[in-house]
Amino acid sequence: MTIHVRVNGVEKELEVDPEMPLLWALRDVLGLTGTKYGCGQALCGACTVHLDGQTVRACVTPVRRAEGKSVTTIEGLSPDGSHPLQKAWCDLGVPQCGFCQAGQIMSAAALLAKKPKPTDADIDQSLAGNLCRCGTYTRIRAAVKKVAGIAEEEP
Amino acid sequence: MTRHLQLISRRSFLEGLNLAVGGLTLGLFSAEALAAEPSGRTGKKPKTSSPAIEDGTPGLNPNAFVHVAPDGLVTIVCHRSEMGQGIRSSLPVLIADELGADMARVRILQADGNKAYGDQNTDGSSSVRGIYDDMRRAGATARTMLVAAAAKRWKVKPEDCEAKDHAVFHRDGKRTLGFGELAAEAAKLAVPEAKSVRLRPKAELQHVGRPLPLLDGPAYVNGSAVFGADVKLPGMLVAVIARPAVVGGKVARYDAAKALAVPGVKRVLELPAPQKPYVYQQWGGVAVLAENTWAALKGRAALDITWEDGENASYDSKQYREALAASVRAPGTAVRNVGDVDKALAGAARVVEAEYYTPHLPHVPMEPLVALARVDGDTCEVWAPTQNPQDAQEVAGGILKIPPEKVKVHVTFLGGGFGRKSKADFIAEVVWLAREAGAPVRVQWTREDDVRNDYYHSVSMQRLSAGLDAEGKVVAWRHRTAFPPIASTFAPANRPGSRDLQQGVTDLALAVPNVRAETCEANAHVRIGWLRSVYNIFHSFSVNSFMDELAHARGVDPRDMRLELLGPQRVVTLAELGVPKLENYGQSLDEHPVDTGRMRRVVERVTKLARWDERKQDGRALGLAAHRSFLSYVAVVASVVKDAAGRLRVDEAWVVVDAGTVINPDRVRSQMEGSVIFGMSIALHGEISMKGGAVEQSNFRDFKLVRINEAPRKIHVDIVESDGAPGGIGEPGVPPVAPAIANAVFALTGTRVRELPLARSFPV
Repeated sequence: MTIHVRVNGVEKELEVDPEMPLLWALRDVLGLTGTKYGCGQALCGACTVHLDGQTVRACVTPVRRAEGKSVTTIEGLSPDGSHPLQKAWCDLGVPQCGFCQAGQIMSAAALLAKKPKPTDADIDQSLAGNLCRCGTYTRIRAAVKKVAGIAEEEP
Repeated sequence: MTRHLQLISRRSFLEGLNLAVGGLTLGLFSAEALAAEPSGRTGKKPKTSSPAIEDGTPGLNPNAFVHVAPDGLVTIVCHRSEMGQGIRSSLPVLIADELGADMARVRILQADGNKAYGDQNTDGSSSVRGIYDDMRRAGATARTMLVAAAAKRWKVKPEDCEAKDHAVFHRDGKRTLGFGELAAEAAKLAVPEAKSVRLRPKAELQHVGRPLPLLDGPAYVNGSAVFGADVKLPGMLVAVIARPAVVGGKVARYDAAKALAVPGVKRVLELPAPQKPYVYQQWGGVAVLAENTWAALKGRAALDITWEDGENASYDSKQYREALAASVRAPGTAVRNVGDVDKALAGAARVVEAEYYTPHLPHVPMEPLVALARVDGDTCEVWAPTQNPQDAQEVAGGILKIPPEKVKVHVTFLGGGFGRKSKADFIAEVVWLAREAGAPVRVQWTREDDVRNDYYHSVSMQRLSAGLDAEGKVVAWRHRTAFPPIASTFAPANRPGSRDLQQGVTDLALAVPNVRAETCEANAHVRIGWLRSVYNIFHSFSVNSFMDELAHARGVDPRDMRLELLGPQRVVTLAELGVPKLENYGQSLDEHPVDTGRMRRVVERVTKLARWDERKQDGRALGLAAHRSFLSYVAVVASVVKDAAGRLRVDEAWVVVDAGTVINPDRVRSQMEGSVIFGMSIALHGEISMKGGAVEQSNFRDFKLVRINEAPRKIHVDIVESDGAPGGIGEPGVPPVAPAIANAVFALTGTRVRELPLARSFPV
């Protein structure tokens, strides 16, 4: 079966098992390895991508669900890594091992698209599905707020 | 003894330069380059010294770590693995700083496994401590030669020249030559003895201890950083393996035909069952090799395997806990002895006793295990997120019966390590499979595989007893510890050794006249391994909790009790500790003594920062803990509150770390922040339990990690300014976190925490 999907702005035709999770279609078939496998059960968020602008966990999304839709991965978030979140992540030294950060940024980007001035609770709620074993959470919050133009309150 | 790193003189260029590095300025990995240019096929002659720089490449290459090209590009080799600790933004910066290089014209190259670099095991928080001066000498050697070349050309004394900003300057202020202009001439000079070169005084260093960027940041945030699973080899098969649920279990039968019927599945291979001791052997089981990961997963699900569980099938965590408790309730083997503890306990006005239980823990790095291998005749090439590429060479060489140096091991970024990726079991699997399949193979672990087939952090029971005199002063301290030791993975063993006990038992400074530590038996039924900060986790938990208990028993402030037990500022001798020796994490006690002054300072500073003395008026429940490990001193205060739903929350944490000299303060800070979250996961949620010999948990649904909504609002980190010898950073932040939280929980609820995780006893 052929799946027609627009990935990072480019039309793709995929000859794959329609039940194959979008994650493996992206990684194994299209070679887009910025989207990570972390749990396979929508529990860690490392595979977060945008499907028609909404965050989905690619590890549990059958590729058939992307038929006729538009997928954005970390590689397509900005042409040159210049998305404000990507810049803030670097400025604040958010990543440690870096493995979860593409998923974190994709979740944060979807949040800011919906709510440009999120509260702490909004940030926590939107990113609670994205695990970080290294423990970069406080910097993730700070980076999202920096992009949103929200001043961090000092202790 | 200080670890010694050999700096081998050579001039040749990095084999497979394109292979390990794509971008020029930062030397980031490039997946396509990896796939396109397998270095094992380039037909170049084998290297005999440093692997880093290819023969005939012009420029200065005085040792394994530095190359200066005629165009001025400086290449610095990072020989330790990057797993989030920021080593690529630290060690190379130190070398560049000694050299006098401009970081904008430095690229960082990730080393393959090779003994020419010395020890590459990225473990034990050892990538700066112990090799700090050797790394500086690598840069200083190149600088000395560039300066000598300039002096020769100008016919002046080298002492009148200075290297900085990527150039050599004469003191007259009129003459300057760039590093690139000098490289060829410098390369003709004799390489000075590394020990003889001048090291810059600290004031001369431009980067060390100053704010430094995270060099790999851009690659992490745009998806281009190459982790293990991001490497692709032509003709590669993806393997997933069904492993025995019980350690020592074997395959009885399975249905290969069903798996092979899945479209895309190419091979089904039964791996040999491992033999004791398990060390880094494969786990056995059945592998399904397919065109892609999805097909392999579907094929594995179809295998319909029947297992024979073997001798560990009776392992049950509930029963084991009772056995551990019985073990610590009887006298053990004394491993530390001062005065007469039995007599002092018998004569004490009051005896306080408590037992502390902590369960097995897994590592669960965000990147599950993965490795690739290609076997070609008597050569082998491996790509892996490994903490220890030289062990990977050994293991692969052992399987293929070829010398380890015939195995090329390329180190990718590690999506977290925490000790798991220093074990080479996943390398053993992929090398065996690649040979049997006759094709390049990527072995991909699922999260369930990772949770259920780990080298687990030891389950432990600690029993502490203290005798207080009539004034409440502690006159006796007895610590019994029982846990299956890591040594059991490598040889029969059921008690810790002295190297294990220095982690919070035998190295604990105590101003108490009668002290004894004892080890008690504990048999292993799973593979045991080291997890970030290792035995310090439960020793720090029990000791810091017990000190808090003693403070409350006596009715004094826990900080004051802690400082009293620590005693006055001093260097603690082996005689005072009551031990014949202290491994001291492999470094000398002269350079890294047990220093109560440093411990006092971090305790005093952290309590000041956290407004410890004002906590009652602030209405806060705070807990304090402090611990020396990996030659660094860390104190933590945690604040715990109940949320609207009655769940316990860590809402703020303060960390003060004294690690001696630090290279990159922001990476130190990030390690401390991460340690708080890591320690919170241990304190709140972390537990692997066994039933019928098998792990009960499977994925993040039932093995929980702290999420962002549980993270403290603020984590404050303060680094003690120091010119002292560097200590570790990656691990020392972890041990004080769980007890600081537990002590805060007591302050809030009045209920003492004597077992982890808190989720066992409290809503969290």
